Amino acid sequence: MRQKKDWFMGFTLVCGFLILGFILLPLIKMVVSTNITSLKHAISEKEVRASIWLSIYVSTSASIISFLIGTPFAYFMARKQFIGKRLVESIIDLPIVIPHTVVGIALLSVVGKNFLVGKILYQLGIRMIGSVPGIITVLTFVGMPFYINTVKERFEDIPPRLEKVSRSLGASSTATFLRITFPLAWRSVIAGMIMCWARAISEFGAVIIIAYHPMIAPVLIYERFEAFGLNYSRPVAVWLIIICLTMFILLRLLTIPKKGKR
Amino acid sequence: MITIKDLYVQLPDFSLEGVTLSLKKGEFFALIGPTGAGKTLLLETIAGLLPAKKGQIWIKGEEVTTLPPEKRGISIVYQDYALFPHLTTKYNIEYGLSFHKKRGEDVKKYFNWLIERLSLAHLLNRYPDTLSGGEKQRVALARAMIIKPSLLLLDEPLSALDQNFREEIQQMLKSINEETKVPFLMVTHDLAEVLSLAKSVGVINKGKLEQIGEIKEIFYSPRTPFVAKFVGMKNIFFARFKKNRALINGLTIQLPREMQESEGFLAIRPEDIIISRKVIKSSARNNFQGSVKEIINQGFLFEIHIGVGEAEFKALITPNALVELELKRDTNVSIAFKSTAIHIF
Repeated sequence: MRQKKDWFMGFTLVCGFLILGFILLPLIKMVVSTNITSLKHAISEKEVRASIWLSIYVSTSASIISFLIGTPFAYFMARKQFIGKRLVESIIDLPIVIPHTVVGIALLSVVGKNFLVGKILYQLGIRMIGSVPGIITVLTFVGMPFYINTVKERFEDIPPRLEKVSRSLGASSTATFLRITFPLAWRSVIAGMIMCWARAISEFGAVIIIAYHPMIAPVLIYERFEAFGLNYSRPVAVWLIIICLTMFILLRLLTIPKKGKR
Repeated sequence: MITIKDLYVQLPDFSLEGVTLSLKKGEFFALIGPTGAGKTLLLETIAGLLPAKKGQIWIKGEEVTTLPPEKRGISIVYQDYALFPHLTTKYNIEYGLSFHKKRGEDVKKYFNWLIERLSLAHLLNRYPDTLSGGEKQRVALARAMIIKPSLLLLDEPLSALDQNFREEIQQMLKSINEETKVPFLMVTHDLAEVLSLAKSVGVINKGKLEQIGEIKEIFYSPRTPFVAKFVGMKNIFFARFKKNRALINGLTIQLPREMQESEGFLAIRPEDIIISRKVIKSSARNNFQGSVKEIINQGFLFEIHIGVGEAEFKALITPNALVELELKRDTNVSIAFKSTAIHIF
């Protein structure tokens, strides 16, 4: 006799298809509505290429900055217990929950000439408003939490005993980090950098407040849409999608561990 | 050669208090205590991985209490082996060498000797994930010994292993200890490990060392009820002593010697209690009539609980004896033990 149909499991499956369609349909529609000629044309434009390169450059810079100062801090957060740790963790997560335009406004009020930090930067000849360093600052602000959280989680998974054994065998804490902890976490380090990169390259709201020019790809897409409409902005959007997807696939491949070796 | 003086360690939920012990060159010392007694904590403090609150640690006449772990030359082998998963067996073992500026023929010879002693030659290019428990333990041991430590700390080295690996590793530990003359300090909760490996033993309970001595001493003359219970003295009674007698739960026991009038504890090993169906007339002066309360199968032996008045004695007998004596619950029996089998503390 056939088993009675399980309506609930059917319902969950329907929801699944709904969600997949919801995500994929707009993306696929956008890609198929764009012909190769317009793609070729778009990439041949100096303005488009410059904006895409700038997007890649600033996002990569934000990832590298996150790597350099986020790695030691993530390690600290993974290993130390202290009063107020939860609070610190919430502070790290703040950039994720703050609306993007608010991030821009908030940063603007710090780097502006009326505030001490802004004054010092101005004296040093670093302009934050309408400049590449300004964009990198914004992107690091929004991308850093993704890097720190990914790497911290991995550090937490590495048994402290491995480090203890290493110390007892004569390695200093720095040598232990470089020879044991980091090599065991590198996969998550790369994954975290890509997460940070993906978050950074998609930022729009915070960037336009700090720097409309020089133009990153999302700002260019927005400007073309406003001025000339959908058909004109779409090819740039497709290019951006291709780049993001490539990074995303890379992330997936890197986070699958090989067998027999961690 | 290794001296630990009055060591105190304070953690939020645990503390070690006033631990004092010393190890001679080549000594195999065991620290035994129940889980949660602070054994691993003590090892990590000796290795410098945890700070001591008070006390001193001396190695070869040099105080190391405030030195970081990498400057102490003390190796540690953990129960879960803690091999570096991203390194092959060979690189795991050689890890410590680069920090000790040891190179050349001597090191190579010693490396080969360790590999041969621990039968690791065929495993050198394997990653830890692919090794069995016994193999991992051997790699961890080689890695710890390669730097020729001034002291090797072993954290329950056998408890995670299968029975058939255990004997093998025991033999290896013994021979490496004897041939390198490196003192070994092992912690364990397993009495059998202590008996087969160590010469001296300390019993630790709730962060305190209750007794230190040669194995015989601890085994036959425990000084506290905890130590007695831990080394297998199942019959422990509160006693009132007077001259050469003791009063426990209404029974009068003949003592091996005269005592001052006092109160204390009295213990008898379960294997020292003889059970019979008839009244025993022997040199054993302590004979009592009782009945079997319980029979517990312990595998190779049976533990028999015998009620004598309000007191309960535990004795061990072989399965054969159980059949011969036709023991069942409520069977009336005689028990006897020599006064020399009585331990007083």
